[in-house]
Amino acid sequence: MRFTRWRGFAVLLVAFALVVAACGGDDGADTGTPDQPGEVLKVAFVHVGPVADKGWSWAHDQGAQFLKAQLGDAVDITTLEIIPEGSDSQRVFEDLAAAGNKLIFGTSFGYMDPMLAAAENFPDTVFMHATGFKTSEGMGNYFGAAEEARYLSGMAAGAATETNLIGYVAAFPIPEVLRGINAFTLGALEVNPGVEVQVVWTSTWFDPPKEGTAAESLLDAGADVIAMHQDSAAPGQAAEAAGAKWVGYNTDMSEFAPTAWLTAAIWDWGPIYLETAQQVIAGTWESEAFYGNMAGGMVALAPFGESVEQATRDLILERQAQIIDGSFSIFPDPIMNQDGESQPLGDIFGMDFFVQGVIGSPTG
Amino acid sequence: MNESLLILTAVAAISLGTPLIFATVGEIITERAGILNLGVQGMMLVGAVSGFWATFVSGSLILGVVVAMVAAAGLAAVHAFTSITLRVSQIVSGLALTLFGTGLASFLGRAGSEPLVGSPSRKVFVPLLDGAMTEIPVVGPLLFGHDALVYLAVIVAGVASYYLFHTHLGLSLRAVGEDPASAESAGVNVTWVRYAHVMVGGALAGLGGAYFSLALVPTWQDDPIGAAGWIAIALVILASWRPWRAVFAAYLFGAAERFQFTLQTLGEPWSNVPSTLLAMLPFVLAIVAMIVLTSGKRARFLGAPAALGIPYFREQR
Repeated sequence: MRFTRWRGFAVLLVAFALVVAACGGDDGADTGTPDQPGEVLKVAFVHVGPVADKGWSWAHDQGAQFLKAQLGDAVDITTLEIIPEGSDSQRVFEDLAAAGNKLIFGTSFGYMDPMLAAAENFPDTVFMHATGFKTSEGMGNYFGAAEEARYLSGMAAGAATETNLIGYVAAFPIPEVLRGINAFTLGALEVNPGVEVQVVWTSTWFDPPKEGTAAESLLDAGADVIAMHQDSAAPGQAAEAAGAKWVGYNTDMSEFAPTAWLTAAIWDWGPIYLETAQQVIAGTWESEAFYGNMAGGMVALAPFGESVEQATRDLILERQAQIIDGSFSIFPDPIMNQDGESQPLGDIFGMDFFVQGVIGSPTG
Repeated sequence: MNESLLILTAVAAISLGTPLIFATVGEIITERAGILNLGVQGMMLVGAVSGFWATFVSGSLILGVVVAMVAAAGLAAVHAFTSITLRVSQIVSGLALTLFGTGLASFLGRAGSEPLVGSPSRKVFVPLLDGAMTEIPVVGPLLFGHDALVYLAVIVAGVASYYLFHTHLGLSLRAVGEDPASAESAGVNVTWVRYAHVMVGGALAGLGGAYFSLALVPTWQDDPIGAAGWIAIALVILASWRPWRAVFAAYLFGAAERFQFTLQTLGEPWSNVPSTLLAMLPFVLAIVAMIVLTSGKRARFLGAPAALGIPYFREQR
């Protein structure tokens, strides 16, 4: 019964493939280039998505290109993309360190513990982790106050909505994402006290069909503005097709949905990459947790879409000036939570609640 | 009435299921010839990128679809050569095709001085019969307001079903998949039949891929199809190798894909269900259905081609 046995195997195999697919992502790992003599600093970047996503990883890659443009032959850059988060990534970081990279950037939250472990094993290599909250002697941390620009983009969304329901396609229930949703909601509420923000979780950073589908479910629930945290433009395309508005993230993605486009919180990673590389070359680097902001230029607001009214623009730019000069803080303390109770703000890097006005579960 | 969640979910299921119908019917045709092709994911991705490219360059959606089908059929021909002519393991060859196709699609998206990657599509499949027709209660949004490929998918399934069960060529095809030696003694050219149908299956997978890049998420970004290729392979079993059932299996899966998000918008108590659990819903559904359908004696009535996956050596039994 050769055929029966075979069929059992095929079913197992397909089931296995489905499980792998459900867990997401394929491993595009590739080890570094061989050592080169001279005073060249080997720098590696590890991204969770494709650098061509025109979103998160793309913005980091732009920063890497800025570093290359500034330092030229003094740096040799290796870029690895689509590296899944989790314990397997430790091997990737250690391979890179073993290949002679003296400065390694990991640009996704889930690399935090694997990088920490790799930094332990390779004390002569500088590890830099984006978006996390842990540091060690060999691992620094860097991120920025996207919530500042999120607040401003929320103002644009709050002014644009007519149904007073804004849909938010959220990635994972971690402090960074919750901070963004809360800041966005507070901004929307400032210009439109009746607004509500409905959150839907996708458990993805980059999966265009899924993120587009999530946006459609929000549009069907009555939302007429879509905001998002992921790296694909699919939510924007869904909004464009439905005649709704869209607040993007990471980069100016207006070309994907020109009519729907309102604005977005965007990143400029170039300066921090340049500064860190210069410190490592000079031997002055010390581990720290760096938190950039709008004043420092790491975070910015993307250009407005045509439909954003002048009065709204003026209001947003006024707030932006106050955020930059430090006279306005995004989160009040105490703060009203989702249940309408006043609670102390606490550490915003460990934020685990939703503010009043958000519909959905902060635990995913 | 047409705003009810059930209708909206059904409408979404139709568009999410459409690429799966193409790929599943393609794989059914391939497997009916006795060839297992696990390269669906790779063929879909190559179809997605080449279709996107052709439309990007020419501005023609029809050309995009044709190029997607030809490119994916070309990739399928590689599998046909290795599995039919060289008789290597079809599982290994198919998996290799997926890995190769995934990489190739990514590479093609970045090739050249002005790479496709990160570009929105120049043209997009738009809904037909939009407007008044979709206002009809219940059947309006279900039957009208879809793009042309949604209707084409159903037609393809219908034609494939007729071809398989009501034509002489279809009979030959099924004979090749069940017992190639007998088919050959009856005058059927086993090699030719297998080659032709593996390539047709590939072309349909390519069409399914193009549906993503030209209709569902009309842009080129790396890996824009999720796990559709793997799901299609599972749906073949769920559809018990019958094209009509593939339509319903694909729509069911599309509904599950969509429902995980719809549930989150329903408020208490649904919003208390962890979203990660909901994200597993479509896959759990597929695995459970497969286990149920393939366990025990039922499997015999499913219609799995008896010679599936077995290389054919002429004049040897």
